[in-house]
Amino acid sequence: MDFGQWFVPFGEVAPLILKGFWITIEVTIVGLFFGFILGAIAGLARLSRNKIIYSIATVYVEVVRGTPILLQIFFVYFGLAALLNITFGALTAAFIALAFNSGAYIAEIVRGAVFSIEKGQMEAGRSIGLTHTQAMRYVIWPQAIKRMIPPLGNQFIISLKDSSLFSVIALGEIVYKGQQYIATTYNYGQTYITIAVAYLIITIPLSLILRQIERRLDVS
Amino acid sequence: MIEVKDLHKAFGDHEVLKGINAKVAEQEVVCVIGPSGSGKSTFLRCLNLLEPITSGNVTIVGYDLTDPKTNINIIRTEVGMVFQHFNLFPHMTTLENVTLGPMKIKKLNKQNARAEALSLLEKVGLADKADVYPESLSGGQKQRVAIARALAMNPKVMLFDEPTSALDPELVGDVLEVMKALAKEGMTMVVVTHEMGFAREVGNRVIFMDEGIVMEENTPEEIFSNPQNPRTQAFLSKVL
Repeated sequence: MDFGQWFVPFGEVAPLILKGFWITIEVTIVGLFFGFILGAIAGLARLSRNKIIYSIATVYVEVVRGTPILLQIFFVYFGLAALLNITFGALTAAFIALAFNSGAYIAEIVRGAVFSIEKGQMEAGRSIGLTHTQAMRYVIWPQAIKRMIPPLGNQFIISLKDSSLFSVIALGEIVYKGQQYIATTYNYGQTYITIAVAYLIITIPLSLILRQIERRLDVS
Repeated sequence: MIEVKDLHKAFGDHEVLKGINAKVAEQEVVCVIGPSGSGKSTFLRCLNLLEPITSGNVTIVGYDLTDPKTNINIIRTEVGMVFQHFNLFPHMTTLENVTLGPMKIKKLNKQNARAEALSLLEKVGLADKADVYPESLSGGQKQRVAIARALAMNPKVMLFDEPTSALDPELVGDVLEVMKALAKEGMTMVVVTHEMGFAREVGNRVIFMDEGIVMEENTPEEIFSNPQNPRTQAFLSKVL
């Protein structure tokens, strides 16, 4: 094998994958942005003492966590069109699917973080005369939000990788771009390596940053 | 100041308080002693409704706790509480811990709240720690900040739930000194404690609890030197 020749496909596929890279980033950021809003609302609902609100949020979380994300993507893209005649473009469908999917996990992150605050904190807040709402706002939330940072970072990495599944609805993200190249060149090896590198370029620095944050949170 | 009538408290099927009757007069220091599991902490926590009352009546600083129209948040500003594990707010400095209540509930402005908090921290001997976070304080210092935090609301009664039980022995003294000073100023206090020395020296009255009832109640001199109930005798022979 000509060693120089072996590297040629990398040069060809890299610009394609770079295009996909930006789509991947866009889907992840937009999807997670709405996922965070959804997750915060659902997380609060899961903490609610109102049974109806709690139940709605619980059903949402259980349905999303109990079904494969691939199915959720198919449902948003094909299922809704068939059932209700609602059609989305691949990008919009990706935003919606990722937001709904990550929202359920973020809801559990929010709930878990609030639950992890020692019971004595709420009691101490209430004992000086704060209302439940005030104690949540001034005592519980500031501590809980700190504890959400590492798992939210983790969720970012998970959603980023999950976005590869949007290749099945022909969204031009990293994996889809790679497969297009493979379809014309049959070059599996170098393409997949390039795809892996593209993901690692984001995930490795991110997990390093997360580890730093976790270490700092541990100290305080 | 406090009147408890036939107070019952059950957790599910498990009845922890089986009909407590007690009175605490203004400026009185009442120490509650008894073996662990006797219900003394639960009793104290019922006094500011940190535990919902199952049945019976509690009147404190002029409010009926069992009246559904009673606003518990107002009562709690008048009834300070100090916990075994301090429960300081770790994300706030010492000073912020003390000013939170006055600023958010009494709507004091920052300068006034700060000035009051500093004088309270001075009182508990920690004025120099105003701007540090609780994590860098010793247990005894944390507990004194917790006392200052409770005092910041100008309570009429202070409840202490085993305030020195989580402390290293050499740190207990500082906390007890602060409590002693508070008693001298005429604060009404209910203190659940294992510190028999404190109960004897500072208490006006001692309540001995076991198995969810008040077994014996008397002046410290009488309880410690001449206990009547065999349970009290057995307990005191173990701890003294």
